[in-house]
Amino acid sequence: MTAVHLSKRKKTSRGIGYDLKKDWQLWIMLLPAIVYIFLFCYMPMYGAQLAFRKYDFTKGIYGGDWVGFKYFTDYFNSAMFSTTLRNTFVISLCSIVFGFPAPIVLAIIINQIKNSKWKRTLQTTVYIPYFISVVVLVSMLNVLFAKSGGVLSDFLKTIGIVPQNANLLGQKQYFVWMYVGSGIWQSMGWNSIIYIAALSSVDVQLYDAAKIDGANAWQRVIHIEFPVLVPTIMILLIMNMGSILNVGFDKVFLMQNTLNKQNSEVISTYVYHLMAPTTGAPQFSLATAVGLFTNVVNFAFLIVTNYISKRVTGSGLM
Amino acid sequence: MANKNEMTVVNNKYRIKERDLSDRIFHISVLVLSILCFIVILYPLWFVVIASISNSDMVNRGEVVFWPKDIRFYGFQQIFQDARILTGYKNTLIYVVGGTLLNMIVTMPAAYALSRPDFKARNKVMLYFVFTMYFSGGLVPTYMQINNLGLINTPWILLVMVLINTYNLIIARTFIQNTIPNDLYESASLDGCSHFRFFWSIVLPLSKAIISVEMLYYAVFHWNDYFNALIYTSNNDIQPLQMVLRRILLQNEAFANGNGGVQGGYAQSSADQVKYAVIIVSTVPILCVYPFIQKYFEKGVMIGAVKG
Repeated sequence: MTAVHLSKRKKTSRGIGYDLKKDWQLWIMLLPAIVYIFLFCYMPMYGAQLAFRKYDFTKGIYGGDWVGFKYFTDYFNSAMFSTTLRNTFVISLCSIVFGFPAPIVLAIIINQIKNSKWKRTLQTTVYIPYFISVVVLVSMLNVLFAKSGGVLSDFLKTIGIVPQNANLLGQKQYFVWMYVGSGIWQSMGWNSIIYIAALSSVDVQLYDAAKIDGANAWQRVIHIEFPVLVPTIMILLIMNMGSILNVGFDKVFLMQNTLNKQNSEVISTYVYHLMAPTTGAPQFSLATAVGLFTNVVNFAFLIVTNYISKRVTGSGLM
Repeated sequence: MANKNEMTVVNNKYRIKERDLSDRIFHISVLVLSILCFIVILYPLWFVVIASISNSDMVNRGEVVFWPKDIRFYGFQQIFQDARILTGYKNTLIYVVGGTLLNMIVTMPAAYALSRPDFKARNKVMLYFVFTMYFSGGLVPTYMQINNLGLINTPWILLVMVLINTYNLIIARTFIQNTIPNDLYESASLDGCSHFRFFWSIVLPLSKAIISVEMLYYAVFHWNDYFNALIYTSNNDIQPLQMVLRRILLQNEAFANGNGGVQGGYAQSSADQVKYAVIIVSTVPILCVYPFIQKYFEKGVMIGAVKG
């Protein structure tokens, strides 16, 4: 994210005092944002030192005794380490593998529709679910896929995709599919907007030329439309990989129940449960350590995918 | 030579015929897939609507599939008697309007400042913001910090929790940079126009498109946000609609008139109908404004796609 220089700056530097005097109005306009980010983002980063301290209620977060990497090793050695890491990876990877191509396919389909009224209707419809809140989405899942009388679970049982006695909300093996499926349902349309825009930039002459050369519709999609989408796909893929351990807390937390917890406890919900346990004392230091660990891993993923993408395609994020 | 030409023509004709067939298959599959998509997206929403006005026993027996049966409005009547929903609505309205207003007051001037090409520190300040997109202190340190600021369990925290979103800042900055020529500022400043004045009387009126997009993004965020309310508040009186919904829909809390899940039988089925009605009542406002704002959010994604 480097800024583009629109004008060449004068080479002569006139010192900080001069710049401050010249730009003081701009600094004032930035001040609320800078102060907010400092208080709500950078101070907590400083506070992340709690991961290396034993939390002491009387001394606050900066006052506990240093314990080094104790809480990290505690986490790595606990049974929850493999459970949360595995669940997080499985959910993220399934979301990317199944959720990432869906909007691309949808965009290609929408782009192919000739009837503009139908195209408009379809577009308007597929965007709607994006505006439904997570709470409402999860409660819709609860009623539509209920064990008995759920209209969609009955349908899936009738066509034989799931066995007759399946409990889609309770049995843990279905959790990831419910999560990924509802995610695709909700955001496929919204995510397709960017691809549709990219497709609309294709030169019509290319299609005509391809037709004359005898390319059929499938070939036109593969050889004209798909290459246009590749740069967008790469950038979005990098951004997705960068948050591979950031499985959204909201939906998982709401979809969680005692039956599926073994497959649904991800790192972010685990941090919450450490911080606000239903029984026992909160483990602030351990929760901080787990959060910090996730952050570092995510950051590393972002750097690596960005590097690979730059090497392979020449375009990256940073 | 002539023979060869003829051969090509024949070949081409054959090819075109074959192509026409595959094209037809292609267009039919596009049509079928698009209809399938339409149904898959719309049906769950439609079902909630018909279930909310049907006899709940029939819904639970799976008899209500395409059209409402034995229409009744019991669920809606219950909701409008329930004080919690009204309180939640009122709070959410305050957070959406107030929060979005604060967001705009902070975001737009910052975006303007960062869009100035002759602002020396702008790359460094940008990095200061962008870094927080990829790295954060984590839940516990953030909670502790907010606790230190004395904002836990106050309505303020829900107004200021995401006061500025870096992504929104970037798209606003990019928009101003790309649509308002710097020459305009240079000639205005020659006439003695300050940054404040230029921002207020030139930039803001010319940025209506991005302002609508940003307001939309922030408003939808505030409307849907339950996470911050869950973490930072526990007082029911200040909690937004989404928290009320969570209690009613997901934690099966009893309804005002006592028709909770515990009583079973008739009460249980009415409780179910109430649930469908709650889903509708909480989603309709967003869906009502949606057709009017659709063109803006398409625009917003476009602006966002032009990376800073």
